[in-house]
Amino acid sequence: MNTALLDKTLWKEGVWDNNVVFSQMLALCPLLAVTGTATNGLGMGLVSLAVFVAANLLVSTLRGVIPAEVRIPAFVLLIATLVTLVDLMMNAWMHELHGVLGLFIPLIVTNCAILGRAEAFAYKNRVLPSLVDGLAMGSGFIVALVTLGAAREVIGSGTLFANASLLLGEGFHFMELTLIPDYDGFLLMILPPGAFLMLGFIVAGKRVLARRRRTRPLVSQPAAC
Amino acid sequence: MIGKGVLKPSYTQRPAFFAGILGMMAALAGTFLAMGFVGTKEAIALRLQEDLQRSLAQVLPLERYDNDPSQQPLLLPLDSGVSLTVYRGFAGAAPRGYAFEVQEPGYSGVIRVLLGLTEAGEILGVRVLSHTETPGLGDKIEAAKDDWILGFNGRSLESLPEAQWAVKKDGGQFDQFSGATITPRAVVRAVKRGLLMHRANQGALAAPLKEQPEDTL
Repeated sequence: MNTALLDKTLWKEGVWDNNVVFSQMLALCPLLAVTGTATNGLGMGLVSLAVFVAANLLVSTLRGVIPAEVRIPAFVLLIATLVTLVDLMMNAWMHELHGVLGLFIPLIVTNCAILGRAEAFAYKNRVLPSLVDGLAMGSGFIVALVTLGAAREVIGSGTLFANASLLLGEGFHFMELTLIPDYDGFLLMILPPGAFLMLGFIVAGKRVLARRRRTRPLVSQPAAC
Repeated sequence: MIGKGVLKPSYTQRPAFFAGILGMMAALAGTFLAMGFVGTKEAIALRLQEDLQRSLAQVLPLERYDNDPSQQPLLLPLDSGVSLTVYRGFAGAAPRGYAFEVQEPGYSGVIRVLLGLTEAGEILGVRVLSHTETPGLGDKIEAAKDDWILGFNGRSLESLPEAQWAVKKDGGQFDQFSGATITPRAVVRAVKRGLLMHRANQGALAAPLKEQPEDTL
């Protein structure tokens, strides 16, 4: 029972070696769209994590019922249903957070990393490892979103975690930092091209790190969305 | 189990079987979605109503009126064919203030502005209800991020000539932001349009509310 939860390979894969963004290069549309600030990245990451876990759980539970020939439309149906339910429930009971992220929640359906995990892992594994895989991949996605959001926010606006209290509640004002007072802002970083540039630097940095540590070559699954 | 070489009955290889499985899943998904929709409908309507009342309270101070302005909104027809929504505050039968919901295209997408006026046309408060402007630049129009929007308070078409209702770059009275002129220009234009609508529709605005509030939904 606990062995799967503590399985270091699954966690290492999800957060670092096979990170959704920095290694698999998936889920770039939500990533590039919301990471103008670290707070938005964190919010999107948390919601995506929930969907990662729920989708993996459902797919691994139902894998005996879903014929291989129609698995892709079945996954899309499951994920779209989940995201719609999450959207409705957040609108009803987490209205503040929904106000901040509202526009991007339906777009989680288009996050092909979730479909990718359903196909590559959950459809072939039991429920518990799938749960751990969802948690690990979701955490890796949060790491990517917050790293990129923080880098863009610091360079673009001179702040870090601005408006975190709008997302997490009044108790989180302490997270809101102004690193560069009276900063004029660097528009390029806030706009979408800045996201591409910063992502390129981060991916390059990760590859340099990986080479230094002489780990095995990075697994890259050719895909884009 | 699929893919393990177990011999499967032949009907599981027919398209109709796949269609049946997908159809069943779609029916189940539809059921869950319907349940989710019904289960959250009231809560969501309530939240939206609360949002509206909170926004209204920010631009129309509560002590000015004794009705619920979010009930019985007044629709003023515009030249473009769409209507402009006005929420009216009354103390007894006397009009005490109006909140205009004005829409104006900004830098990227529509900016929805709620403009609170006294019955005489002096600005009580302005708030942006929704926008999709550039984060970190254009979003200074939000009261939570900058106090720029408070600069409208107390002004009116009487205290400031019509030509002065523009950003400083256009020879007007209001600051633009460094790096973002289009966004504040749109907000100023929205406020000005609301003020002109108020001036042109004094009679309709002051018309008393119906005795028995109808269900507006």
